Amino acid sequence: MKVIVNIQLKEGVLDPQGKAVHHALSALSFNEVNDVRIGKQIILQVNEGNEQDIKAKVANMCEELLANTVIENYEIELA
Amino acid sequence: MKVSVVVFPGTNCEMDTKYAYEKLNADVELVFHKNETLPNDTDLVVLPGGFSYGDYLRSAAIAKFSPIMKDVIRFANDGGKVLGICNGFQMLLEMGLLEGAMKRNSNVHFISKYHHLRVVNNENDFLQKLNIGDVLNIPIAHGEGNYFIDEKALDELYANNQVLLKYSDENGIDKNPNGSVDSIACICNKNKNVFGLMPHPERAIETLLGSNDGIKMLQGLMEG
Repeated sequence: MKVIVNIQLKEGVLDPQGKAVHHALSALSFNEVNDVRIGKQIILQVNEGNEQDIKAKVANMCEELLANTVIENYEIELA
Repeated sequence: MKVSVVVFPGTNCEMDTKYAYEKLNADVELVFHKNETLPNDTDLVVLPGGFSYGDYLRSAAIAKFSPIMKDVIRFANDGGKVLGICNGFQMLLEMGLLEGAMKRNSNVHFISKYHHLRVVNNENDFLQKLNIGDVLNIPIAHGEGNYFIDEKALDELYANNQVLLKYSDENGIDKNPNGSVDSIACICNKNKNVFGLMPHPERAIETLLGSNDGIKMLQGLMEG
């Protein structure tokens, strides 16, 4: 089973990469962009099983390693 | 005085750190991250700078699971002195031995240059040989040194005298190279035995090479 983990900086935490990309988009005249936030996506292949259990397991993975919960939020999606 | 310098895959400042502490007459041992225990007679653990595990996922995110780290945490919790420089500071944050987190520098560039620092607090072993307001000149070299901490936790850091150094100009006025909250460059834990800073004091020990302002810091941890 495929599990997609999306990791984003928390709201209110300034995103330097997003800001730089926003700046670059403006330089390319894409003026309709109001804000850019950059995150990461981690795709896991895990053994088939109970969806609730898998979600809980992956949440543990996020808490322990995949995300830094001081500054990042994570979302787990089963695909 | 026995200094144990932990070496991870991707660490690149271990020899400088060893050289600096040997110059101060300490007995220095490089300890490989796969060891499960620190040398018995360790007085100080240094987590040196570099790019442990290639900075994969996040700076220092993976180093915290190295076998040696359990013993580093035990050592710190028993009151042992631990110094994290640059990538080592990032490890201490990831391990939760220090509070806060590191983000990409606000200008998104890797910054490598000399930078001035102002001593904010000296009621601790690390900065005991310096005075409040002293301005030092010490190299910084990092891409993720943008220190973040929420306001409530920041208030506590100040209240407990845990904010030790700030980035400044040569006159000691705040000057922020990387976007860190309040220009913070160095903090310690509540018990004042775990220290983390982004600048490299081990690279500032020879006037011939630009500065020896790092000596007093490194010396501080050899006393008291």
